[in-house]
Amino acid sequence: MAENKFNTPQIREYPVIPALEKEATLHLAPFKSKEEFQSSLGYPGELVDNWQEKALDKMGDLLKKYRSLRVYLDSCMQCGACTDKCHYYLGTKDPNNMPVGRQNLMRSVYRRYFTLPGKYFPKLVGAQDLTKEVLDEWYSYYHQCSQCRRCAVFCPIGIDTAEISMAAREVMDSIGVGQKYCNEIIGKVHKIGNNLGLPEPALEDTLEGLEEDVVDEVGIDVKFPLDQKGADVLLVTPSADFFAEPHVDGLIGYAKVFHQAGISWTLSSHASEAANFGMFIGSYENMRKLALRIREAALELNVKRIVFGECGHAWRVAYSFLNTLAGPFDFLDSRYPVPQHICEVTNDLIDKKVLNFDKSANDDMTLTYHDSCNVARASNMGGIMGGQFSIPRKIIKAAANNYFDMDEETIKEKTYCCGGGGGLLTDDLIELRVKGALPRMEALKQVVDEKGVTHMAAICAICKSQFSKVFQYYGLELDQIVSLHQLVGNALIMNKKEV
Amino acid sequence: MTIEVNGKSLETDEEGYLSNLNDWEKDVASVMAEAEDITLGDDHWEIINFLREYYEEYQIAPAVRVLTKAVAKKLGKDKGNSKYLYELFPYGPGKQACKFAGLPKPTGCV
Repeated sequence: MAENKFNTPQIREYPVIPALEKEATLHLAPFKSKEEFQSSLGYPGELVDNWQEKALDKMGDLLKKYRSLRVYLDSCMQCGACTDKCHYYLGTKDPNNMPVGRQNLMRSVYRRYFTLPGKYFPKLVGAQDLTKEVLDEWYSYYHQCSQCRRCAVFCPIGIDTAEISMAAREVMDSIGVGQKYCNEIIGKVHKIGNNLGLPEPALEDTLEGLEEDVVDEVGIDVKFPLDQKGADVLLVTPSADFFAEPHVDGLIGYAKVFHQAGISWTLSSHASEAANFGMFIGSYENMRKLALRIREAALELNVKRIVFGECGHAWRVAYSFLNTLAGPFDFLDSRYPVPQHICEVTNDLIDKKVLNFDKSANDDMTLTYHDSCNVARASNMGGIMGGQFSIPRKIIKAAANNYFDMDEETIKEKTYCCGGGGGLLTDDLIELRVKGALPRMEALKQVVDEKGVTHMAAICAICKSQFSKVFQYYGLELDQIVSLHQLVGNALIMNKKEV
Repeated sequence: MTIEVNGKSLETDEEGYLSNLNDWEKDVASVMAEAEDITLGDDHWEIINFLREYYEEYQIAPAVRVLTKAVAKKLGKDKGNSKYLYELFPYGPGKQACKFAGLPKPTGCV
C-alpha cells in the first residue's frame, strides 16, 4: 500500500519526556467524509459557506448544553501536569498533542468569542480568531486524540480532553467537515446494523461455520444462536468478533461459557454491533439512535438480560449511558446488572464453581493484560471498587498458569491507550497509530524481556486490531495479541455429553 | 483518484479501492498488485477468486476464519491459516486482497 514513509519510534530503555518538535504531525489528518456519509448522519455534505458563523453557533449550543465543556475551557491554569501523559505526544513529540496543547486549540477560540477579555483584548489572553487555518488544525489534532482520558487522571482539576475532542468533532461535523472512517461506519450501523456492514445472511453463514469449527475442535455441539426469541441473554458484541482474529476466538470463548453454564443466549441481526461510534464524534443523537437498536432487539427477542462482549468503548456507553440513552430497561430481569459485561458473567460462574479449567491448556503462553482505556477509566465491573481491573485479571489467572502485570505506571487507571481508539483505527492514520503505541510497546517489551511474556490479552476489539497491526512495526508477531475469552475457551473443561 | 488499466481510466477512492465494482477485470488486480510490489501467482488468484465469489453471494468480504477454512479445504490444512494469507498479502488478506479483487474495504474495528 502507498504509505507515507515514517520512522517507527525506538524503544527506549528509560522513557524520558521527549524534546518538542513543533508541528511534527500537523500533516496527519484522516480522510474527510463524503457527502453520502455526512447526509445519512444529518450533517452537511461539505464545508458550508457561512461555516465560521455556524461553527460558533454550534459551539455556543454545546457550551450551554454541556456545562462540563465550559468548565474545562475556563478552569485550566496551564500547570503542565498533563503535558507528558498523552501517548500521542510521547510518540510524536508534537506539542499540540500535549493534552493542554490540544485543549488550547479550542480554548483560544472559546476565549475570543465567548469571554469578555477575549472579545476586547484577544492577544493578552491567548485568544484567536476561528480562521480556516485554525479549523484545519482542529481537524488534524482533534483526530489525534483517542479520547482515552489518561490525561484527566493526572489533571489536578480533572479536565477531560476527550470531551473537548468530542465537542470539536461535533462542531466540525455540523459545518460539513466530518471524518470518513467514523461517519461511514455509523451510517452502516444505521442501515445494516453493524460497523462492518455484515448483512444477516453473511452473519448466519459465519456463525454456522463457527459451530462446525467448534465441533471439529472439541467434539461438542456448541451453538451460536441468532435471533432466537425467548432466549435468556441477548449478547451484543462488536462485529469484529464475527470477522477478525483474534476477536473471533473470544466469541468462541463466550459461546463455550454460555454452553457449559446452560444459559440460553442469542445474538441479534438487528443489534449486531456493540460499538457506538456516535460517542467518538460527540453526537448524542447518533449515539442514541445506535443504542436504541439494542433496546429494540431486546424487546423483539423478549430476552431477560443484556450482556456485552469484549469492546472497550461499547462498555463505556453501555455502563454509563445505556439507561439514559435507551432505557428504562424495567422489562429485564432485575436480579442481574443491566447491562452486564461478559467478564462479569464468566467471573460469577467461576465463583459459583460452574466453570472449571484445565490451566495447562494455556501453558504455551506467558500472559500479560492490557487494560483498555474506556473500560479502565470510564466504567466498572462487578460493582466492586476497581472491579474493572481485578475481574479480567482474576479470569485470566483462573484459566492460565503464567501471568505477569506490566509496569504499574502503565496499567489500570494509568493504562496507556493502544494507539487506535476514539475513531482513529484507520489506515490513513497508520503513522499516528504506530507512534502512539510507543508507551504501551515499551511496557510490553519490558515484561517480554524480563518475565518471558509471550502474549498480551485484551477485551477491546479496537485494541486487538490495533495491536495485531502495529506489533509488526515493533518486532512482534501479529498473533501475540489474544482475546481474554480465547484463554477461557482454551482452558474451559466441557462436558462431552452431546455429540 | 483513478487507475489506468488497459487504456481505461477507472475511478477509485482515496485508498485505491475501486469505486465501481463492475469496473473490475483481471488486469485491475494485476495493475494494483504491481503498484504494491506484488506479482500475482496462482496462489494469489485462488484467494482473489474466492473473495469475489463470496462477495457475489453475501455482499461482503468473508470473515478471516471463513477464508482460512475455504483455503484449507482447497489447498490443504497447512495453508489454512492467516500466516499463509499474510505471506501472500502482507498488508492483510482482509484489506489488500479485497482491494485487488475490486471489493470495498472492510470497515469497523478490523
